[in-house]
Amino acid sequence: MADSSYYVPESSRHPVLASIGMFVMLFGLGMIMNHSEADGSMTGPIVVCSVGFVFFAYVLWQWFSDVIRENHQGLTSLQLKDSYAMGMSWFIFSEVMFFAAFFGALFYVRSFVVPWLGGEGDKASSHLLWSDFRAMWPPMSNPDNTLYPAMTGVVHWNEIPLINTVLLLASSVTVHFSHHALLHDERSKFQAWLGITILLGAVFVYYQAAEYEHAWNDLSITLNSGIYGSTFYMLTGFHGLHVTLGAFMLLVMLLRSFKGHFTKDDHFGFAAASWYWHFVDVVWVGLFLFVYIL
Amino acid sequence: MSSTAVGAEHHDHGPAKGLKRWLYTTNHKDIGTMYLVLSFVMFLYGGAFAMGIRLELFEPGIQYFSPEKYNQMITMHGLIMVFGAVMPAFVGLANWMIPLQIGAPDMALPRMNNWSFWILPFAFSMLSMTTFMDGGAPNFGWTFYAPLSTTYAPPSTTFFIFAVHMMGISSIMGAINVIVTIFNMRAPGMTWMKMPLFVWTWLITAFLLIAAMPVLAGAVTMMLFDIHLGTSFFDAAGGGDPVLFQHIFWFFGHPEVYIMILPAFGVVSAILPAFARKPLFGYTSMVWAVASIALLSFIVWAHHMFLVGMPLVAELFFMYATMLIAIPTGIKVFNWMATLYQGSITFETPMLFALAFLVLFTCGGLSGLMLSIGPADFQYHDTYFVVAHFHYVLVPGAVFAIMAGAYYWLPKWTGHMYDERLGKIHFWLSFISINVTFFPQHFLGLAGMPRRIPDYALMFSDFNMMSSIGGLTYGVSQLLFVYIIIKCVRGGEKASEKPWDGAEGLEWTVPSPAPYHTFSTPPKVD
Repeated sequence: MADSSYYVPESSRHPVLASIGMFVMLFGLGMIMNHSEADGSMTGPIVVCSVGFVFFAYVLWQWFSDVIRENHQGLTSLQLKDSYAMGMSWFIFSEVMFFAAFFGALFYVRSFVVPWLGGEGDKASSHLLWSDFRAMWPPMSNPDNTLYPAMTGVVHWNEIPLINTVLLLASSVTVHFSHHALLHDERSKFQAWLGITILLGAVFVYYQAAEYEHAWNDLSITLNSGIYGSTFYMLTGFHGLHVTLGAFMLLVMLLRSFKGHFTKDDHFGFAAASWYWHFVDVVWVGLFLFVYIL
Repeated sequence: MSSTAVGAEHHDHGPAKGLKRWLYTTNHKDIGTMYLVLSFVMFLYGGAFAMGIRLELFEPGIQYFSPEKYNQMITMHGLIMVFGAVMPAFVGLANWMIPLQIGAPDMALPRMNNWSFWILPFAFSMLSMTTFMDGGAPNFGWTFYAPLSTTYAPPSTTFFIFAVHMMGISSIMGAINVIVTIFNMRAPGMTWMKMPLFVWTWLITAFLLIAAMPVLAGAVTMMLFDIHLGTSFFDAAGGGDPVLFQHIFWFFGHPEVYIMILPAFGVVSAILPAFARKPLFGYTSMVWAVASIALLSFIVWAHHMFLVGMPLVAELFFMYATMLIAIPTGIKVFNWMATLYQGSITFETPMLFALAFLVLFTCGGLSGLMLSIGPADFQYHDTYFVVAHFHYVLVPGAVFAIMAGAYYWLPKWTGHMYDERLGKIHFWLSFISINVTFFPQHFLGLAGMPRRIPDYALMFSDFNMMSSIGGLTYGVSQLLFVYIIIKCVRGGEKASEKPWDGAEGLEWTVPSPAPYHTFSTPPKVD
């Protein structure tokens, strides 16, 4: 319920500048993607995109600094903190729905598309086009193997993915220990567990990269190797990006803690980053189950 | 319902001067105004494409636009109207009215609120720039079905995709703000079941936005990967499926169409009781009906795809699930009628638009029910019947509700009464011309005229000519609305705190125009 101390910032240049940064960055990215040999040098598009990104990041840096400063000035009432907490929760929900689109694509392809392409059911007519195609999952051949060269092997769940599952699940526990230590005002324990969490995240990303290298070079699983590669890289790729972002957020929190930020009653930034971390962990469990094991 | 007067202890200053006020503002009223102005500019911009379409279809043959250009026009018309005109107009109304209606000092996250707005002009600039790129603007219709939007798409599609991403980010942040404001900022005593229906409908709309927009982001991301990175999500040659695109698109798309109509329900639920001078009939059932419509919107998407060759059981499921929506919608329509029953009705402009909404939205709803019947849809699919249906729910539905809301709250926003005589002329011109435009399209569709074509068989000539005359009249009539608004902003009869004697709600307890900061001290709601 509202009280009169709700802080409404006077005015801020960050939103409009952030919009400009986002526009320049995405426009540059579009230029990079649409670039063809005939357009000459790639430098221009890369410069546009990088300038946009750096500017965007700089504005966000300023923006977050403002919010932190306001909190230290005591302007952030409990009610405003509730707003931040709710905002972060709904943001995570929107991320869940983003991944849901890719999981949905995977389920639909596995349950319907591939069997239908293989001639199953009374609606299937694709076998008229590609009569040699045999449905199986993972698909070791594609309907058109010239356009989409098939992969030669699959990533086994009990190799790197299992290690990564252990790493990420452990990191969810360590970030919880870290939170627990903060709540009991044990600062060095808080920082140590947080540091371990970030380390686990970094090792996860390293292993994920190693797995990509193996999949791409040894197993010919590429973006172009048909629907398995498409769903595999889309799901694990966006997850990997989120792990990277989450680890970056936790790293920022660790650096802030060295500057003396966060007390046992006031640590929303850390709490939000840890919620995000639990979220990427849960997504991974879904990935491990549906992309690797089943 | 009583309240204390507007508090001014903390914020006794007015707005900043000049352009910076608008660029840097954190004020929900400023941001609401910017949203409304942007949406109206977009309405005229998208409307210009509609005028082009009706001009081309005025008579058979290719007159003014090549088929390629025509495809670009229908695409831009749809995208601009959906994402640029209707959605931002409702966000503008939400920004202005939700804090006023729940007794909050502002939106919960004011800076993010301004960011949600300022992303939009950049997103629509990016979308508009595609017109001047090689191969022209997107030409695959607002539903951008693969492979039209992937294999056969113009290069500008990359920028279209990023524009959609920006619109999505803006919508998600706007929706988060609305939800958090309603959850966290209600005045003491403003319990859930005391909230005005506009607030309720927006709360549910915001939930739909947060659930649906990320799925759209996923869909365009897969498109981007298919186009540039060699994936095969929507290409059967690699084990994907173009129909997969349609499933994902409509999983977003059906909630999306309710995103565009639920806040309209809220506006109409405020206006009908005010001018019938009776409380809204069946408030509780109205709330539950909106919630049920929202939940059903997630399990009916494939009724847009009856012809793609789904298994029979899926056809049946989506058909019956769609028909279920008629129940909560019927509850709403009957409740509105019961609200009017034995009321002391007067017919000011907002009421006229709201009544037209009631009748014409119901027409659009009934043609929707016809379309939900799978076997019948085999005939109607992709004809002008569909065009007539969704324009009936979107123009005399959503747009009329926005107009009604604008007239209803203009006195609160500007402190002046609008010109009632001109308002009524605007209404009657709009009402007649919109029916002349879209009613004949039902017959065209039933007779078999396909949508999205620049030319047609001679047998469709008469109805098309009628439709074009109506459409061009409707377009010109909206210029009158511009004049009425400008006139009202600049002057006119002073509006009292509560210019409509039957109106209810906290927004009518503050002066007109509403001061720059309202409810800095929360009112007490009994």
